[in-house]
Formats: sequence, structure tokens, C-alpha cells
Amino acid sequence: MKNQVAFVYSQSFLRYKFGEDHPFNPKRLQITWDLMQKLGLLDASYLVEPRPASLDELLRVHHPDFVHAVQKASQLPPDTDPPVIGFGLGTEDTPIFPNMHEASSLIVGGTILAAELVMSGQVEHALNLAGGLHHARHKEASGFCVYNDIGAAIAYIRERYNARVLYLDTDAHHGDGVQWLFYDDPDVLTISFHETGKYLYPGTGDVEERGDGRGYGYSLNIPLEPFTEDDSWIAALESVLPHVFHKFKPDVVISQNGCDAHQYDPLTHLSATTRLYREIPKMVHQLAHEVCEGRWIAVGGGGYDIWRVVPRAWTMLWAELSGQPLPDELPQSWLDRWQPEAPVALPTTFVDPPDLFPPIPRRAEIEEKNRITVRRALLGTPFLL
Amino acid sequence: MLVEQAMTRDVICVSPDTSIEEALAITTANRIRHLPVVCNEQLVGIISDRDLRNAMPSCLVQEQTAALKDTPVSSIMKSDVITAHPLDFVEDAANFLYQKRIGCLPVVSCGKLVGIITERDILHTLVEMMGVSSPTSRVEVQVPDRPGMLAEIADLLRARKINVASVMVFPGPTEGQKTIVFRLKTMDPRRFVYDVQNAGYQVVQPPVIG
Repeated sequence: MKNQVAFVYSQSFLRYKFGEDHPFNPKRLQITWDLMQKLGLLDASYLVEPRPASLDELLRVHHPDFVHAVQKASQLPPDTDPPVIGFGLGTEDTPIFPNMHEASSLIVGGTILAAELVMSGQVEHALNLAGGLHHARHKEASGFCVYNDIGAAIAYIRERYNARVLYLDTDAHHGDGVQWLFYDDPDVLTISFHETGKYLYPGTGDVEERGDGRGYGYSLNIPLEPFTEDDSWIAALESVLPHVFHKFKPDVVISQNGCDAHQYDPLTHLSATTRLYREIPKMVHQLAHEVCEGRWIAVGGGGYDIWRVVPRAWTMLWAELSGQPLPDELPQSWLDRWQPEAPVALPTTFVDPPDLFPPIPRRAEIEEKNRITVRRALLGTPFLL
Repeated sequence: MLVEQAMTRDVICVSPDTSIEEALAITTANRIRHLPVVCNEQLVGIISDRDLRNAMPSCLVQEQTAALKDTPVSSIMKSDVITAHPLDFVEDAANFLYQKRIGCLPVVSCGKLVGIITERDILHTLVEMMGVSSPTSRVEVQVPDRPGMLAEIADLLRARKINVASVMVFPGPTEGQKTIVFRLKTMDPRRFVYDVQNAGYQVVQPPVIG
């Protein structure tokens, strides 16, 4: 069964929905799913139905009071007064919705299942695009994330296999929730590339957040300047990843594939194009084979331009992960299906043309600052010496 | 916030007859710069690492330093100590440190030493007050320097049900302007930014693409 790849998916993932006007729109999964279908990339043999996470699996990373609050909130009417609930629930970011516990648990179960399939050797790589809820904290919902599926999967791997985990987060927002959950664990290396927290939520992810106690040095942060473009992004990844993978020697890699660093993304200030989202999975794929016998679990994450960015970025991720070739152009049938609904003109090629955006005025300074940041991050990491 | 909420309670102290050499070793081992001198729980003086270093012979001279072992800190300590009370405001303590150009204030209550507040404690308190430690988006708004502006912007936040982690108000870059810095408990400050602009005020940050 080696070389098999799993795509964890259920229509029920679409129930993780905070409301029509909320930026976290599960419709992006549906549009992406349809693009993959139309390209013939989702052979039935890849598909795996998720199961909900058990209470024990949630409690590995979440406080019982918090889980109970989510269960209770699931049954409350949507217009309940927020202070009644607490725990970051019922806020502008994570409003309560009916059955939010069930919808969130299914996503967590999906990522744990992906981990189970990879760690037991049934597949080499597995993908759960609904996962990637990296902001959820031990006792608090945060930044559109209720339960931390990545944390739960890492905790599962640590408990069941005692394996060393490398967690790579390339979402434009800092992977704070996962970082804090394993901040003092030297067997979980968290690496986050993100827009600096100077103006972007959650404000953390400074180079100097390096871990605590025995875990000191096992949290790596590369805060990139606003308006960072592809070349500088890719240079930063290339300077860090091969070196770190070979030194840390993880048994498995988990990548969070938020695609909100694209210039079209409405919530962030980075200036990448989809070229970045072809390069990241390629790099991770190669390193997973070089260092951890191919064991690679991938999840989704942020991505708020649901029409122009998410479907292309995640289809490129799946094509890389499953080793299937992609055409340069998007299928006409997909454009015909979705263009009438889309409020913007849909792009026709997977990789954005190089001249899509005018050059960023302060490119040289931004690139220089990012190089300095990478150097500072690597210099303070004891296990790399 | 009161001094008692920001001070360090486990104070490392010496007695008046502690030798200079020992006091120096204590400051080095604990990486601290000030040692209150205490006798029967009463604060009798303070000694800084600079006072201790002044008492050392030059490192260029090859002389023995027997005097460091034999001389008690009481001979070089400062005995007119400026102190704080647990119920003082942190900002008053900070102002004191700044005005008197000193690095710490021993905190004394009912004649006993109960804590110490240093520049570092104040900085830490400031960092916490600025809301840096909770997940937030930072938005800077520029408004005219006149009464009611903060309330007006706060109304917009209330309408959007956005919770605030911290607020700071600074003098603006130009005369007659103020800058309000919000740390908002939301990942998506766009609608608030839009509301502020719609109400006729300028949002300075977050940056705009382009």
C-alpha cells in the first residue's frame, strides 16, 4: 500500500460555518473540490471519510471547561449574549453556530485520521484541507478557530508513536496556537513563516519566541515584512527548511497550508502570487522524502480570497502531494460553472503571470530586512549549531 | 495599577555586615543590579552593582583584595533610600525612577521591606498593559484633539461587537491631532477600519496594499 495518498473529505466539513458575512467561508472547500474533480485528480481510491474526534482526543490539547463550553454553545441560540459564554466564543471572530462542537470535532478527527493513516504506514501522505485551525488555544477559541486540529494530531502522534514532529506553518498569520501548545516540548519543532505581527493578527511570532525550558530553540519564527513578494518568501524558505529538516531529523512533517499571503487576500498585507503555492509543497515533499521516509501530513488553513486564490493554491498542493500532473490552465468547465457566481474575474492559469502586480516600491529594503530576520532566527537556534 | 501588583516580592537582600565580596557574588549569581540592606526586617540602606564595582580595585592593578572580604557593605551603602509604598500607582513609581535617575525602588510597608520594583518590572507591566500578550490586531486611528473622540470610535467598536484588549492615546504627528492605538480581539479589522473611515477619520495603520 506504500505510495498511496489519502484525501480526507466530507461534505459535512461545510458545516463549520460562522455565517454568511464571515470571512471564513467553507464554500472555498466546495469550489476547490469541484476544481479537483473537473481535473480528474480525485480518484475514489484517494478518498477517506473523516470521523469525529473523541472527547479524549480533544482533551489532549484542550481544557475540559473549554470543551464543555463549546458543547454548551452548540446548543444555544445564535444571538446569545457573548459574555455569557466566554472562552473566546460568541465573538466577532468565532460566533457560535448550531452544532459547532460536532462540526469542529469532525475537522479534528479528520486531521487525526490523516496522522493515523500516515503513521501506521497505510499511506505516505495525507491531506485534510478543512484542517489547519492553528489559532485555537488550550482554553480559548481564537481567530476563526474553535478546536486545534493540528495540536490534537501532534498530541496523538506523540502519545501513540513517540515520534518527533516537525510542524511547518506558512499561513500569513502566525501559528500561535500550535506554538504555545508545544512551546516546552523539544520533540515538536514548530516553524512559522508569517507576516510580522506589527499590524497583523495575532501580533505574536517574533524571532525571539524560541520556546521554553527543555523546548528552548524548538520554536522557530520568521516574521516577514508586509508586502513581501515571492522571491523573498522563497529565499527565506530555502535558507531555513533544508538546514532545519536535516538537523532536527523529524519522523514526520505536518504542514499547514494557509494561502492568505497572496496579494489578493483581503486580510493580510503580503504580496505573494500562486507561484509561492507551487513551490512550498514541492519543497516540503522533497524534504519529507529526504528526511522522514516520506511521512507528510498536510492541512489547509487561512485563505480569504476564496475565488481567485484558494482553489488554485490547494489544487496545486494536492497535485504535488499525490504526484499528479497539472495543466497550466484551469478547465473551462470549472470557469463556466463558477464565474457567474464569482464577484471577481476568475484567473485562467494556475501560476499567476510574473507581471500580474506592479513591483512593490520598497522591494530592496523588504528583501534585505527579511534576510536579516532569517539570519537572526537561525543564529539563536541551538540545535542547528 | 498599584505597585503591589507589579513589584517583585521575593527580594534578595543582604545585611549590613555582609562583605562587599559576598554582595558582589550575589548580584552576579542572580543577575540583579540592586541589593536592599536589611536589619531586623527594617530597610537600612541600598547598594547597587555600581557601588560595589566602585569599591573594587582596578583590574589593571595586581593587588590582593583582602579589603573586599573584610569590609561590610554598611560602609559603602546609601542609607537615604527612596522607597515606594505598595499602594502607590505604578505610573508614579515609574515617574520617580525617571525623575530621580534611579533604577529601583524598595517597597516598604509598616516599616518592613515587602518588595522591590525595578525598571524591568515597570517595562514588563507596560508591555502587559499594551495588550501585547493576547492575540490581537493593531489598528491606529488619527482623530482631532477634542473631547469625545475616544467615545465616538468606541461606539463603532460596540456596534461591531469587537472586544478591545488595550487602548493607548498619544499626541498625533501634527498639532491638534491625536493618535489612538487599539489592540482588537479580532482577526478581521476591515469592517471597523471601514466604519472609521466612513465616519471621516483617518486610519494610519494597518498598511494598505499598493
